[in-house]
Amino acid sequence: MNHTDTTQPATPANRAPLPDRMRSPLLRVVASWEFLLVVVAIGIFLLNMQASPYFLDPWNLSDATFNFTEKAMIAFAMALVIISGEIDLSVASIIALVSTCMGFAVQMGADTGMLIVIGLLVGAACGAFNGFLVAGLGLPSIVVTIGTLSLFRGIAYIVLGDKAYSGYPESFAFFGQGYVWWVITFEMVLFVVLALLFYVLLHRTSFGRATIAIGNNPTTALFSGIRVSRVKFILFVLTGIMSAVAAICLTSRLGSTRPSIAVGWELEIVTMVVLGGVNILGGSGTIPGVVIAAIIMGMVTFGFGLLNVPGIVMSIFIGLLLITVIALPIIIRRTRLRMTR
Amino acid sequence: MMPLKLSRDALLALVLIALVGLIYLRFPAFASPASLLGVFNDTSILIILALGQMTVVLTRCIDLSMASNLALTGMCTAMLNASMPSIPIPVLVLAALAIGALLGSINGLLVWKLDIPPIVVTLGTLTIFRGIIFLISDGQWVNAHEMSPAFKALPRAEFAGLPMLSWVAVTCVICLYLLLTRTPLGRAFYAVGGNPDAAVYTGINVGKNRFNAFVLSGALSGIAGYLWVSRYAVAYVDIAAGFELDVVAACVIGGISIAGGTGTVVGAVLGALFLGVIKNALPVVNISPFWQQAISGAAIIIAVVFNARSARRPGRIILKQAERT
Repeated sequence: MNHTDTTQPATPANRAPLPDRMRSPLLRVVASWEFLLVVVAIGIFLLNMQASPYFLDPWNLSDATFNFTEKAMIAFAMALVIISGEIDLSVASIIALVSTCMGFAVQMGADTGMLIVIGLLVGAACGAFNGFLVAGLGLPSIVVTIGTLSLFRGIAYIVLGDKAYSGYPESFAFFGQGYVWWVITFEMVLFVVLALLFYVLLHRTSFGRATIAIGNNPTTALFSGIRVSRVKFILFVLTGIMSAVAAICLTSRLGSTRPSIAVGWELEIVTMVVLGGVNILGGSGTIPGVVIAAIIMGMVTFGFGLLNVPGIVMSIFIGLLLITVIALPIIIRRTRLRMTR
Repeated sequence: MMPLKLSRDALLALVLIALVGLIYLRFPAFASPASLLGVFNDTSILIILALGQMTVVLTRCIDLSMASNLALTGMCTAMLNASMPSIPIPVLVLAALAIGALLGSINGLLVWKLDIPPIVVTLGTLTIFRGIIFLISDGQWVNAHEMSPAFKALPRAEFAGLPMLSWVAVTCVICLYLLLTRTPLGRAFYAVGGNPDAAVYTGINVGKNRFNAFVLSGALSGIAGYLWVSRYAVAYVDIAAGFELDVVAACVIGGISIAGGTGTVVGAVLGALFLGVIKNALPVVNISPFWQQAISGAAIIIAVVFNARSARRPGRIILKQAERT
């Protein structure tokens, strides 16, 4: 390097942003959100061990994973949508519509392969509808997806009313009830595979970079040559497809379809994503964070279940968790600012 | 700006009249004055909530906890009445207002002091409030026979041919209209949502006004909570579950922009009435009530598409004029 060119006197002004980067790599890991989540997860794990002697049973633990695997599949896609600065509140209603369509197809005599195809197509179509309204017409995603939340589940209610579909083929049961090896369920394997796929998509591809760029500043992203509306459209379709995957697993696990299937899941999924360290305003977030958050929420639900805590009390806890998790970094940042001043 | 907004409300009013007219052609009884007043009475609670939601949305926030607030306040008043029937009803109504406002102020404080996005705050309090109902009631119902006769009679009591329930809605509409169009507070709500940065420079405290809006929407949810519980004479954990979406739908149909700063009281009332007419007309025209959710969903989407179109138009006209000169 040439010693004559860009060297400047070390004035306080241009030295100010440096300390942030000079942190040791170890410190950066310890101070990261994901590390905090891992600590919380271990803490909850130990608490659960204390709370119930049945917690450590491998079959129990295997059952416990059903509390989060299906929701986490959607949470991966939702994380990308939220990072891009949008939100999709219609995911649980997409599950209802996909499940209803598959139930209808069963009555028409469809086999398992057909059911999967129909499910994925319906999910993709729902996502494309959201994507068209948000990315194509430039409408606010929060209102659009509140509308489609009503619409998609509404269609399920029109089709089913107070009835239910059942009689799914036996081979269809594998997706939600099947074991790959010992206590390892098919859903667990799918969860891991999808986590890896979404990790690569967000952190290792230009599409992922584009998603983060859009969330930080859609206008500059557009001027840097990113096709903002196309990326957003793809993200909504992806969310629709992931909702369909979750719907296939859930329907297969329950063995029946009611229009009220998966009611309120959108809230838990958004909580999962935000707990995972994704900025609700867009622009930042990681897939490993979402994975750990999913495991935390699953273990808390399971632990409360072992202690016979009613579901609605758990929902208080999840609501508090959501608010605390977002408030905490803000409070920490403020106190740190106050201390440095 | 003003004539455009008026024409949007007028247009919605025309759509509403056309809808009633259409039903009238097949079922003349539906459009009789008594039946229409019944529809208004049935929509009263939705109107009250839509007014609160509108105020919050004006400031660029959203309150998804309204239905849970309603249910929690309703349960509190019902339990108060069941355990102490001697408390006079006006005191209970004031208590409902206060509890609702208190719950709203929790939302408001989190939004004001911690800068948490309103959608996250109210998604959280939506579940928390609902859960608290379970904790205080132990999952039990408060049934009609446990409530005092006066408690149940108030919303039904007729005055000048209209039930009190309708009168409360009318009073709220008038108060909110005066508040939003004739007071500095009302102007501040519009200013905060229209352009928060500009509002700061004109000396308006954005966070504090958002807090005020949340307290107002909480108070209105509280009064709606008492009305709901006394009208249906039952209180349990799941009352009005999912009703927050109807409230948002009423606002969106009423032309209140989710981006803040735009919307009128008339629009909110018409939006609520639109949903009310559909809900009451479905059984009359022999369509299963299961259609209602899909119809309100479709109505939200159509309304938001329409709102975006009408918001874009003035921009184009200005550009054209600029080109000519």
